[in-house]
Amino acid sequence: MKKLKGIGVSPGVAIGPAYILLTGRIKITRRILRPEEVSREINRFHRALDETIRDLEEVKKHIPAEMSQPLSIIDAHILMLKDPSLIRETERYIRESFMNAEWALRKVLSRYQQIFLSLGDFYLRERIHDLEHLIDKVILTLQGQNNQTTLKEPAVIVAHDLSPADTARLRPDTTQAFVTEVGSRTSHTAIVARSLGIPAVVAVKDVTETVNPGDLLIVDGLSGEVIINPTQEVIEEFLDRRLECQERKAFLSRFAKEPAITLDGRRVAIRANIELLDEIPLALEFGAEGVGLYRTEYLYVTRRDLPGEEELYRTYRQVVEGLSPELVTFRTLDIGGDKFAQELDLPEEINPALGLRAIRLCLKNPALFRTQLRAILRASLFGRVRIMFPMISGLGELHLAKEILAEVAEELRREGVELKELPSLGVMIEVPSAVAIADLLAREVDFFSIGTNDLIQYALAIDRGNEEVAHLYEPLHPGILRLIKQSVEAGHREGIEVAMCGEMAGELFCVPLLIGFGLDELSMNPQTIPAVKNLVRKLSFEECQALVEEALNLPTPEEVRALLLDWFEKKDLTLF
Amino acid sequence: MVKRKVVIQNDLGLHARPAAKLAEAARKFQAKVYLRKGSQQVEAESILDVLSLACTKGSIIEICAEGEEAERAVSEIVELLTEKIS
Repeated sequence: MKKLKGIGVSPGVAIGPAYILLTGRIKITRRILRPEEVSREINRFHRALDETIRDLEEVKKHIPAEMSQPLSIIDAHILMLKDPSLIRETERYIRESFMNAEWALRKVLSRYQQIFLSLGDFYLRERIHDLEHLIDKVILTLQGQNNQTTLKEPAVIVAHDLSPADTARLRPDTTQAFVTEVGSRTSHTAIVARSLGIPAVVAVKDVTETVNPGDLLIVDGLSGEVIINPTQEVIEEFLDRRLECQERKAFLSRFAKEPAITLDGRRVAIRANIELLDEIPLALEFGAEGVGLYRTEYLYVTRRDLPGEEELYRTYRQVVEGLSPELVTFRTLDIGGDKFAQELDLPEEINPALGLRAIRLCLKNPALFRTQLRAILRASLFGRVRIMFPMISGLGELHLAKEILAEVAEELRREGVELKELPSLGVMIEVPSAVAIADLLAREVDFFSIGTNDLIQYALAIDRGNEEVAHLYEPLHPGILRLIKQSVEAGHREGIEVAMCGEMAGELFCVPLLIGFGLDELSMNPQTIPAVKNLVRKLSFEECQALVEEALNLPTPEEVRALLLDWFEKKDLTLF
Repeated sequence: MVKRKVVIQNDLGLHARPAAKLAEAARKFQAKVYLRKGSQQVEAESILDVLSLACTKGSIIEICAEGEEAERAVSEIVELLTEKIS
């Protein structure tokens, strides 16, 4: 038995045999053909191509039609395999240079590599990786090793990395879990795994080398544990854990769609944080009452140039329609320009968290901002939309952003778009100065949404990515609790709703405090919604308010934590 | 030989998805369709060669076709390229 540790990115426990997916380069040998072998080799090449195409077509059948992105990727891949120029060149190497098909394919690939890598356009340059990946598949088929889609028995997929197409082909019925060597919580594969409900652990160092095909693996997608060839005792423990997990899930999901109302009748809206269109069905399934945070960065970071208005509009409209009649809260672009567009030509920053990002970037590049706002406003005609600006630190920024929004709306109306009412407008409360002037901000917007991740980082001056100080990141710090209280009170005094959409909102341990603060909405990862709703239904608003009063009198996070633990125990509430 | 020029309007240029649509369209007709940009000419059916032309937004390309259905092929492809596919 051996234990490995990575980052759990999609919760659930799986036990199954390891299936190692080859995604790296494959070793091939060069063989000189005898003249009489040429036509057989050409046939062999065509058979492998056809088989690979059939494989991809098979994969396509199992992808739900809503997942339009992986579908169109696979369509493009099929056309690459049917490419007349690719076929002609490969045949020419086989016929004229007497190369075996594998070697001929590599030769053709290297020619395309040279051409593509010399292209100025980053997005196009990246497409060479698609071709590399495809040619590897054909070579594997030629060598009779391409059993990647013949995964008939349920297994745990182990790979160095998974492309979006790889992830899309992981069918929930045969894929028990997946484990990769690279990746993070927000990598595309993690998001897809969560939306498919498959347990996943990423960033497990050297796992493809440590694990042998067929080894029994236990994967815990919450803790990030991966156990190779566990003892019987450990297996039993995990089987119990899995059963418990499933029972609990089944119990919670029965009531997921009911509202979250406290014992004394206070209703709190429980919404989802999403990033992709594909996450919507699951969010609704988990009982999300709309989306409290739609992160709009994905379309920008998956490439190096800027998406156009039409592309944004089409995606946004699908999101709005997919959630209607529930509402969706668009957070306008919330990253630094260094993360995506080369077009913007921005200098490198020493301290990006305090640099040109989010609303600042948008105000500095009004064209970028206007394009996104136009797309959001146009999409808003198809359902219920709210807009919020991230990283507002003062009134000046809010005024400018509102002015641009008004101009864009006017422009659209002149073009004949029937925008009767503008969406509700909110600001993210995540810079400490925004809390200090929350009373002033509240007069100018329709709602607040507290972004705890950044608020904690900025208020405590802690970079979570820095291992030396990460342990000081503390949501229960009395300073943070006071900032939250102040924001909620300022909002309520002006009669606006106050939401929270940071990680803290989905932290069961913090929920009684959040209810006690009087937050009107909590927005979180979809899969935590059923548990949070369940907990809210067991709380009394009045008691939570008293709990907050008590917590605010405690001088240290440790004491707040002890108070909460004690409280949970006294009320006999579970923490999962 | 039927020929027509178009300006690529799509923000992203002629990237994988439009190139795939183009290749599919070119396959449908009884005609040999070529794309010409500057001095380079490629078969429209070859998604890889089309991508390697690196037609970014604003590039001028010429579509040429010969064969029975050349006229129809060119007009369909021109339409495809000017409808701002992305």
